[in-house]
Amino acid sequence: MPRDDAGASRREFLRRIAPVLPAALAACGWDGGPRLQPVFDRVIAANNALGERLQALRQAEAPPHQVLKGEMPSYFISPTMPVLEDPAAWRLEVGGLVRRPTAFTAEVLAALPHIDYRVTHHCVEGWTAVAPWRGVPFATIAGLVDPLPTARYVRFDSFDNGYYNGWDLASAMHPQTILADGQDGQPLSARHGGPLRLYSPIKLGYKLTKYLTRVTFTDRKPGGYWEDRGYPWFAGL
Amino acid sequence: MSDSSHAEAAAEAPPPVRRRHHGVVRLTHWLNAVFLTGMIASGLQILVAFQHFGSKNAVLGVFNPFDRDRIGQIPEVVRLGGWLAAGLRWHFTLAWPFVLTGLLYAVFLAASGEWRKLVFRPRDLPGALEMVKYYLRIRKDHPPQGKHNPLQKGAYSFAIALGVLSVLTGFAIAKPVQLAPLTALFGGYELARYWHFVSVWCFTLFTLGHVVMVFVADPASLRAIITGRYRGRFPDAP
Repeated sequence: MPRDDAGASRREFLRRIAPVLPAALAACGWDGGPRLQPVFDRVIAANNALGERLQALRQAEAPPHQVLKGEMPSYFISPTMPVLEDPAAWRLEVGGLVRRPTAFTAEVLAALPHIDYRVTHHCVEGWTAVAPWRGVPFATIAGLVDPLPTARYVRFDSFDNGYYNGWDLASAMHPQTILADGQDGQPLSARHGGPLRLYSPIKLGYKLTKYLTRVTFTDRKPGGYWEDRGYPWFAGL
Repeated sequence: MSDSSHAEAAAEAPPPVRRRHHGVVRLTHWLNAVFLTGMIASGLQILVAFQHFGSKNAVLGVFNPFDRDRIGQIPEVVRLGGWLAAGLRWHFTLAWPFVLTGLLYAVFLAASGEWRKLVFRPRDLPGALEMVKYYLRIRKDHPPQGKHNPLQKGAYSFAIALGVLSVLTGFAIAKPVQLAPLTALFGGYELARYWHFVSVWCFTLFTLGHVVMVFVADPASLRAIITGRYRGRFPDAP
């Protein structure tokens, strides 16, 4: 009898796990269901908090010039490329919890001090691309509108079919977070979110709102187009 | 029962039952089996969003048998989550218990001294070659061994190294700016992502070999990793 013991326990083991196997296979498209989703929410909130702590540490460096990387793909959610009907009427409305709400024209923005950098763009899908960017640091705009101490988040709205993003204020104030009006030495094209888009090397691409229309300082955490559909909210790199 | 049959039974008696694996080893082994499976399946879900390495129109020239252009999309049956966002939620949730299980195991190995029976060292190389000869039937008799033979030590040490590689490359691609020195260590984001998936291929190969060897070489070890009790032919000494 002892000789057979290992075999018996093996058969027993296989018998026990057999009913679970089809369930395990069926689980492949499984997003966790109502039981696990709250667990994911809590762990990912902790990940976000950890990301916010790390954020202050570093700025992105330019990748070496010899690194071969593809050009930036064009992306928007509208059925066709969003283009302003009347570019002269465009304004960037900056408001919410600020002392001096302001509507910036393209000319006023163009006259503000700009910074330039060349950084790697990271898409949540896993690809990268490199482009030189030019824009006004978000912190400069914040200085002009003077946010109230209660402002904790920033909401960025666009004219791309309701696409929007919510950011924590610290990430928005990062020295490399800019409102970009230039790319590749040219004015920002409509293909890439012109006339003005958010850019920063410290966030995944979907956080970088294109076709900007409005910036709102707020004390309530805004969601985001993809974030509301389950993508990470913090998305810090 | 006659005396002679007694003597026969004694000669053919299986080795006595011994305690082989500590509860921590058994617990972390099976937790790891679950978490690693989940990490790989959700990782494959994330991979299919861009089943290449590099940039969209400048794909890295690395050895990649599982490129989308070669094998098509990785089948849904081995993916977990159903779409990219759900895959990411699984992956970034399971990552923590996966790391904690690995740390618990590492602490146990170090504290118990068990690592001496497990970690492959240069002096194990000749013994590992003897085991290869044995499996290739160049050598007839099984070389004497302790709890694990030198080839097993190599395989288990390799699996532990894979765990370390997968975690470090995982952090490197999750935070390529804030952890830039770590990412640079693996040759930058795109290559770190590549090594992250190389670790998946190696984990899969290791697991296949591991499971085959359990049944071929030492079926009694399956009971040992579940209940801790072992009635196999190999000793417990180092």
